[in-house]
Amino acid sequence: MTEVLIKVGFLAIAALNGAIIFTIMDVKGASWMQRRPGPLHVGLRGFIFPLAEILKFVQKEDIIPTEVDRPVFKWAPAYVMVSCVALFAVVPMSPTLVVADLELGVFFALAISSLGTIGVLTAGWSSANKYSLMGGLRAAGQLIAYELPLILAVVGVVIQAETMSLVGIVEKQIEWGVPFVVGGQIVGFLIFMVAATAEMMRVPFDMPIGESELTMGFMTEYSGIRFLIFYISEYMNMFILCAIASTLFLGGYHVPLLPTEWVNFYGPVVLLTKTAILGFILVAIRWSQPRFREDQLQNLAWKILIPASLVNILVTAVMKVGF
Amino acid sequence: MVNALDPQNMNRFSEASVSVEIETEDMTLNIGPQHPSTHGVLRLVAKVDGEKVHDVKPVLGYMHRGYEKLAEVRSYPQITTLVNRIDWVAGFSNEIPFIAGAERLMEIEVPERAKHIRLILTEMARISSHFVFNGAYALEVGALTPIFYAMEDRERVLDLIESVTGGRFHPNFNRIGGVKPAAGAGPTSKKNIQDLPAGFYRDTKVAMEKVIQAADQFQNLIGGNEVFKKRTKNVGVLTAETAEAYGVSGPILRASGVKSDLRTQTDYLPYDQFDYDIPVGENGDCYDRWDVRVKEMVESAKIVLQAIDSMPSGPLQAKVPKVIKVPQGRTYVRAENPKGEMGYYIVSDGGLGPYRLKVRTASFSNVSILPIMLEGALLPDLIAIMGSLDFVLGDVDR
Repeated sequence: MTEVLIKVGFLAIAALNGAIIFTIMDVKGASWMQRRPGPLHVGLRGFIFPLAEILKFVQKEDIIPTEVDRPVFKWAPAYVMVSCVALFAVVPMSPTLVVADLELGVFFALAISSLGTIGVLTAGWSSANKYSLMGGLRAAGQLIAYELPLILAVVGVVIQAETMSLVGIVEKQIEWGVPFVVGGQIVGFLIFMVAATAEMMRVPFDMPIGESELTMGFMTEYSGIRFLIFYISEYMNMFILCAIASTLFLGGYHVPLLPTEWVNFYGPVVLLTKTAILGFILVAIRWSQPRFREDQLQNLAWKILIPASLVNILVTAVMKVGF
Repeated sequence: MVNALDPQNMNRFSEASVSVEIETEDMTLNIGPQHPSTHGVLRLVAKVDGEKVHDVKPVLGYMHRGYEKLAEVRSYPQITTLVNRIDWVAGFSNEIPFIAGAERLMEIEVPERAKHIRLILTEMARISSHFVFNGAYALEVGALTPIFYAMEDRERVLDLIESVTGGRFHPNFNRIGGVKPAAGAGPTSKKNIQDLPAGFYRDTKVAMEKVIQAADQFQNLIGGNEVFKKRTKNVGVLTAETAEAYGVSGPILRASGVKSDLRTQTDYLPYDQFDYDIPVGENGDCYDRWDVRVKEMVESAKIVLQAIDSMPSGPLQAKVPKVIKVPQGRTYVRAENPKGEMGYYIVSDGGLGPYRLKVRTASFSNVSILPIMLEGALLPDLIAIMGSLDFVLGDVDR
């Protein structure tokens, strides 16, 4: 029991910290790219800004409109956040520092990552607001379009690694000497990142939020701490999907040439660095790209990404059998 | 009641094909008056089927301030403060046609220098308006960064306007018969009237070079962006015939391929002395409307640079009576504002103020095209098309 509690506590704290770091990164990236002085200078050079943000949201009134489906409306943010935190359970920071090294780790991660969308959909549905509803439905449409390339992109890795455990995948990459992104999964990596961007609803695929169209999409009616939970889980999701991408494609907690016997010490640092680099790319994309249209996103998913990932699987399988 | 399991009926039912169409109802979506993308308080009542827009009705009037009626009880010099606030993004250019109309009725010949100063400031207002459009339009199609750059660049132009007129948005700088002495010019006496602040030419040259640079940057960073192209090319195509039929004017009309610019067609300001192009679009889609405006910024900057090089000397004010009374008559003066054609129809009965003032604003006519353009569009396109019209609600409702 104590062990479970410790593990859950570790998960929550690690995921929350990751989210806060990514918030800082996003805000600082924005202020850097947009020449906005505020978040670079105020409060310890902008580093305690997320704290102020959290405090601000916590003390705000939690407004629940009269027409909403109350229980659904209230629980939707928690649902989104729990699915994010649970996702982190299978990410190995080092061979031993992993909450649950599941045999079917990849399968678990992909299954859990699509659960969050249900929370988004219920939030949109229960808000009794047409904009929220459209945001929620867009999120659902996006899920269907993007879950497939996401899974198919990972299948290539699974074929190459011959295991579905995330620790096993990393060990395989150590054994190979190079991460999978160099060793033949570059297409898979790109597809995974595009699909993951859509999954975490970030620019250029942020149509479920689409603030210039749908005011705030599925979050329109949320305020106070419930909005904060959505806000944090967005960054949490980003952090965890980046961590999974680094584990699957970039060699996880290990970099080539570093001695493997010390991996328990430098593992977390290496993984977090890789995650941060991926996160920075997402931040740079967010602040420099406009938003796609919903139908363009569907076209991209069904006409380009899914065929490309199928070809990727085929090529990987042929290479695997052939060599 | 028909029993479907009765052998006699079985045959009938097996032949009946299943042809049930899912009946969907259009959802009425109120976009605005409070909405991030309606530039103020425009309200669109849209009938949408999922993402598809079937029918749009613009509802106006939330911003109506009754300026035409107010003008009837104001004197001519007082009215410039009102008309400043019609299109607040380009406040200065609203004054020009009104003042020009009053001057035409009074048969006053405005000194060349005053005309040049008016022209420079009008073009600066155009630049600042197009900067706002550039930033806001990128925001509407989902790019969050350009607005900060656009606002920063616009600030340089506004600083110049402020240094001359004392106001950033509502300069109230024109007087019947000329312009007032500049704000930053220091102490003035009747003998020694300072018109432009010290260093104005130098600052203007620097700022205009920056405007040309900024326009170039926009062309590369926004216009060259693949996602932006996907969102705007072939979206909201407006043919020249429809545009003309609806009285659409300004950059929107030019983007549809009509080379119509009141700066060359009328003589309210001495544009014929300068050398500039009129950018024209080809397809009349959102991208062209955006493109025409960016090119126009460069042309405006060129006009300003030429104007400060060829600035004539002379008085700022023509001789006007102390109490301004406009003789009986009526006139209509139109001007090429950043948003399109702006016109003032002034009816004077010889009193201190106009008997009746009718303002023809560009945005009002431009918004009238919305139901035509939005039919069958997708919801994100609705925002993209609406943004590309670049209207200001003060200009729509007056």
